[in-house]
Amino acid sequence: MTRPPPEPVQLIKQRRDAALSALVHGVPYIQFLGIAFERRGDELTAVLSYDEKLIGNPLLPALHGGVTAAFLEVTAIIGLSWSLIWDEMERGALDPLTLSPQTLPRLPKTIDFTVDYLRSGLPRDAYARARVNRSGRRYASVHVEAWQDNRARLYAQATGHFLMPPRDV
Amino acid sequence: MRDDKASLAKQFIQAIPHSRALNMRVEQIGDGVAEISMPYDEALIGDPQTGVIHGGAVSALMDTCGGAAVMSHPDAPAGTATISLRIDYMRAATPGQRITARAECYHITRSVAFVRARASDADADNPVATASGSFTVERPKGAGA
Repeated sequence: MTRPPPEPVQLIKQRRDAALSALVHGVPYIQFLGIAFERRGDELTAVLSYDEKLIGNPLLPALHGGVTAAFLEVTAIIGLSWSLIWDEMERGALDPLTLSPQTLPRLPKTIDFTVDYLRSGLPRDAYARARVNRSGRRYASVHVEAWQDNRARLYAQATGHFLMPPRDV
Repeated sequence: MRDDKASLAKQFIQAIPHSRALNMRVEQIGDGVAEISMPYDEALIGDPQTGVIHGGAVSALMDTCGGAAVMSHPDAPAGTATISLRIDYMRAATPGQRITARAECYHITRSVAFVRARASDADADNPVATASGSFTVERPKGAGA
């Protein structure tokens, strides 16, 4: 009874990072807002780097409510897509090293998105994490939380429903 | 007087850094109704395979338009901030076309303003998205009861 030796850690990291990078860098709007994703295993944290063009109220100053909504929606869509890609990748059904923006699986489409603004967005970096509460064949429901200085003090949260991309089975 | 308020609101909105980043244009504003448009831009693409603009950019347009509608309401004394915003996406905006949002502040109390909005592209009868939101009513400090 011999088991195949475990894959070298660098190979696993390279594969997962390549998949995430193809997913995130394929979307121009994510680059426009300046959002990056950090990965720990399958957990993603979205980071919105502060920039003057994200301001909505120059007097306070505060982040634009639309920027916050967009940041949360981007986090939800990438989080949901990532959960789909992850399963296929780990099963070996998808080779991330061949992925490009043109060959990526289609992204889920937003049906509706509801944002709660809990505190005004400060002029500094913001972070967000998505939790897929339900992921069915056709529909998904995703919750997102965003914070700035303190993880426990959310500045916004959102829930969205998404239409799943058709899958060739 | 009312015209002054409208032109002040228009100036304020067009000076917002993020509205400028999205090249928003105030088409019409006054009496609790605002219409703001945004040109198609490849930097805003959310689906690289179709060239369709990201929903987040439409949200930013809706939020700006909702806030503008509140600020232009005769009973709104000063600024406003979004409390909650729900957006329903009916269809993908057609790539290459300008998106126009129209928001109406249909009810306002001392503390809260309620807004409905819709956005469409060149096919104006067929909305891209609709939204409803609540906004704060900011009163100048020291204004007595």
